[in-house]
Amino acid sequence: MTDSIAALGRTTINALTVFGRAFIFLIRMLASLDIVFRRFGLTLVQVYSVGVRSLLIIVVSGLFVGMVLAYQGYITLVNFGAAEALGGVVALSLVRELGPVVTALLFAGRAGSALTAELGLMKTTEQLSAMEMMAVNPYRRIFAPRFVAGFLSMPLLAAIFSAVGVMGGYLVGVGLLGVDSGAYFSQMQSVTDWNEDVLSGVIKSIVFGFVVTWIAVFQGFNAQPTSEGISRATTQTVVVSSLAVLGLDFILTGLMFGAG
Amino acid sequence: MADPAVEDSPHIVIENLRFRRGRKMIFDDLSMRIPRGQVTTVMGPSGSGKTTLLRLVGGQLRPDKGRIWVDGQEVARLSTRRLYALRKRMGMLFQSGALLTDLSVFENVAFPLREHTDLPEDVLHALVLLKLEAVGLRAARDLDPATLSGGMARRVALARAIALDPDLILYDEPFTGLDPITMGQIVSLIRRTNQSLGLTSVLVSHDVTEAMAISDQVVLIADGRVVDAGPPDELEARASDWSAQFLQGRPDGPVPFHYPGASYRDDLLGQGERRDD
Repeated sequence: MTDSIAALGRTTINALTVFGRAFIFLIRMLASLDIVFRRFGLTLVQVYSVGVRSLLIIVVSGLFVGMVLAYQGYITLVNFGAAEALGGVVALSLVRELGPVVTALLFAGRAGSALTAELGLMKTTEQLSAMEMMAVNPYRRIFAPRFVAGFLSMPLLAAIFSAVGVMGGYLVGVGLLGVDSGAYFSQMQSVTDWNEDVLSGVIKSIVFGFVVTWIAVFQGFNAQPTSEGISRATTQTVVVSSLAVLGLDFILTGLMFGAG
Repeated sequence: MADPAVEDSPHIVIENLRFRRGRKMIFDDLSMRIPRGQVTTVMGPSGSGKTTLLRLVGGQLRPDKGRIWVDGQEVARLSTRRLYALRKRMGMLFQSGALLTDLSVFENVAFPLREHTDLPEDVLHALVLLKLEAVGLRAARDLDPATLSGGMARRVALARAIALDPDLILYDEPFTGLDPITMGQIVSLIRRTNQSLGLTSVLVSHDVTEAMAISDQVVLIADGRVVDAGPPDELEARASDWSAQFLQGRPDGPVPFHYPGASYRDDLLGQGERRDD
């Protein structure tokens, strides 16, 4: 009995310690952000590596999600004789929810895990230590540019995901199922509100980008310097950031649409 | 001109250092002085905290108790800015080389120069080639660090460590895992670098032959304390039992071959009793 209470206490303390360290890490990283303005090239390289290199999976997933949405939406809508509303349904689902959430989940798997593995390996091979000894602050030179790159790339990737999804929905809805092309887009325009829908999606994707990149970079920094440690940190990045995205999505959706 | 008082003062002073990692005591009341402009080797068995000592000197770890001065500045009390300023005058050679894997050999050596100076590209190019020439790897400048052998990586790391012309250089196990030729190259490089640049070199190592050959001073540490210190020949002449065992590599002596525990006889008999239960 006492053992299990002690174990619970230990787990809680460990979890809080990690959380505290992650928070201190974030603050130190934010305090180093001036490097982004001084040497934008460092961030640009990372935007390429976490953003541009994630494009393929984002575009392909967006296309398929849009196509499936059109199929599923059409089946329901046609029962009510409202097949013309398909454009609106596809666009709203993508812009409000699926765009930010699925992009964040894919981003955690593709870019987040890569960031963690890269930083974990840099730590294991003493590259971060060597940098410190060369009087180069790794928070400025390594962590901050990666963090900003992830944070900038996520909303852009989510926007691309939604845009490609709309095109996927168009291909299936108009091309395959015979919905009128003009109706598809006019419905989309009339039901999608800039502030309520598009902006809320953008805010979500910014929050997700912040959280996923923070988790990924911290996990790499905090990894045990062994091969097992890196493997655990990479898995943690994907699991923790996916859960964080889903949890935050629920909260943000509640805040944005619940009250209305 | 250099101040004679500074010239004569030790480069590194460690006083009553205590440091523990978890429950394990690494250093307990360790004191030493490392003279300026000489090669000093800190030797001790594996796990005696030699690498930890370098990290404490470099300010990457903080002592639990006691003080460390480098160049008259107390490392643990420096602000980040002043610590980084101190580190610019300090080179460190990691055992693995710790080269940045996303940069070429050239860019690795250029890294500290690009970060800390505003040199025009042609001057920087010439400077990097000069450093690479000094370690005999000028022609390898375009190689990827992943393709280098252990010895080559260490030489590139040495070129990088001397890129900013430091006055102190710390070597972490520079002789470990090298073939005899590479070992010879590293030994002569350390000696040559020390003489030509007039810097203070601190090595941690357990390779007795090389370390004794290369050093002006040797400090032996064990169980968290300094066991003996002095020039290599003096040390060999007056070696205590422990030092003699370490320097001559005897398998048994004051440091027992067997991990401490109950006697073999008791252990065997104890097992017999359990079997009767």
